[in-house]
Amino acid sequence: MSAPADAISLSVPELQQALRSRELSAVEIADAYLDAAAASTLNAFLDIQPELTRRQARAADAALAAATVVPAAAGAAGSPAVGPAYAPGSLLGLPVAHKDIFVTRGWRSTAGSRMLAHYSSPFDAAVVERIGAAGAVCLGKLNCDEFAMGSANENPVFGAVRNPWDRGRIAGGSSGGSAAAVAAGLVPFATGTDTGGSVRQPAAMCGVTGIKPTYGRVSRYGMIAYASSLDQGGVIARSAEECALLLQAMIGFDARDSTSLQLPHEDLVAACRAPVTAQATESAPLAGLRVGLPEEFFGAGVAADVRQAVDAGVAALLALGAEAVPVSLPRTELSIPAYYVIAPAEASSNLSRFDGVRYGHRATGYADLRDMYMRSRAEGFGTEVKRRIIVGTYVLSHGYYDAYYVKAQQLRRMIADDFARVFGEVDLVAGPVAPTTAWRIGEQTDDPVRNYLSDIFTLPASLAGLPAMSLPCGFGAGRLPVGLQLIAPYLQDAKLLAIASALQRATGWHLERPPAAREQA
Amino acid sequence: MSLTPQDIRRLGELARIRFDEEEQAALLVKLNQVFDIIEQLRAVDTAGVVPMTHPQAAPLRQRDDEVTESDQREANQAHAPAVENGLYLVPRVVE
Repeated sequence: MSAPADAISLSVPELQQALRSRELSAVEIADAYLDAAAASTLNAFLDIQPELTRRQARAADAALAAATVVPAAAGAAGSPAVGPAYAPGSLLGLPVAHKDIFVTRGWRSTAGSRMLAHYSSPFDAAVVERIGAAGAVCLGKLNCDEFAMGSANENPVFGAVRNPWDRGRIAGGSSGGSAAAVAAGLVPFATGTDTGGSVRQPAAMCGVTGIKPTYGRVSRYGMIAYASSLDQGGVIARSAEECALLLQAMIGFDARDSTSLQLPHEDLVAACRAPVTAQATESAPLAGLRVGLPEEFFGAGVAADVRQAVDAGVAALLALGAEAVPVSLPRTELSIPAYYVIAPAEASSNLSRFDGVRYGHRATGYADLRDMYMRSRAEGFGTEVKRRIIVGTYVLSHGYYDAYYVKAQQLRRMIADDFARVFGEVDLVAGPVAPTTAWRIGEQTDDPVRNYLSDIFTLPASLAGLPAMSLPCGFGAGRLPVGLQLIAPYLQDAKLLAIASALQRATGWHLERPPAAREQA
Repeated sequence: MSLTPQDIRRLGELARIRFDEEEQAALLVKLNQVFDIIEQLRAVDTAGVVPMTHPQAAPLRQRDDEVTESDQREANQAHAPAVENGLYLVPRVVE
């Protein structure tokens, strides 16, 4: 492990150990990852500023050197002595990268859009600020669908992200850069955002682990808004425990986000090691856990190869002592029209701020103020964003508001109520993340209906505001990864991570690496 | 339902997005496909269901009416397309 290039094959706990033992410095680790990112052709990164990254890494090394060595915490007899810099939750010296929906000082903040192609934020998003304060070293900004609107990350301005498992296929979206970078070992963990499945679906398609926490747990301050009642920051990493470590730094009350929840402190990392149920034993860590399998998630709409892998994932839960309970979420299919009314409605309002006056793109030729707005927005937004703005404008317009927007919100209530009923009987809901594995780049680029339909299994939890994860559960045809989705009751993020960790301790799917994992060869 | 080219023009005006003829035609086709999905909503009986505007039941938190922000005008205007003397410049609207 003397060669710094080896740093990119290490897990987060291994990186922490290497930093503690001084085997690797934060600068060496950062350089190894910067080299890997520069050599990569996956198009996962939108902006890299090596000098900024090294500056953060040097600061981390200085903090590591200054850390006073004190005895380890009680109960950890035999573990190496650690200093305050290694306090639980510290990310000191660990590389991280942010989906380019979070604004950052220093790195560009584009939202994947021509509208903000040259925008540089005067402030850091709350998530960026908190992860930085925990000592992590930022490697740069990750590709995504424009304004997080999409399920394929075929970005029309910055290009498609390639899936490390098959470079001719999509990485999924909208956090495709985050998922592909983690899968390819270009970063150990990354932030993402999930409005209708944008963390879970790319995590599934790239064979990595992703969590969308309960709505309100992660501050949206500085997260470029798409649909505010649905948008939620999340994490993509290789394992649930690594997700927990990064998420721990992100959660918590923030007065700058009016929807930020005020909750008692919760240790998500410790939760990953804590017993899941009262009946848990070493061989049956999920004993007594009731897992709901909605019939709507296992029907004809799921590809046979996906079904097979998801069945194996469910079987692994049962092998650990969980009990399968057939349940029904009867409005699963209706989550598509509900979402594709509510999200565009909120988007049409949120994106009205891009007017070519205060920031972003301004057209060069125009007749008057109104023409300037109309040309600036026509030139700055891509096709899918325009489509959603127009749908949103329509469903909010006079005469259609009740028929579409209010109706969709009523349906949203019914979907949330369905979950509440199901969670009266079970502790967890399990099913597929997406109906298929990753499709080919270009296969359905300009086919909104097909793309929207593929979101069917991630939209329900988004509409209800529930925490949900995607875990690797094997492979479909062509050795393409499949994700197992776990959905937990409101605010049970810690339990969800604990269940996922128990599953990953007993199985090896999350340890599989794509052939392109070490691109620099 | 089916959208018309007139609808697209009107919505473009409302959303302040200019579309040329070709874009309008393409948008019309795609939006009618999208509305075929959205129309499924209308068949659902939602009588008496309280609309869910937000995942949180509690009303939005309000803060005290105090100045908490410092002056960031220069930083915030640094990336504006046109600024003069701390003001955003736009085409003349009053003759």
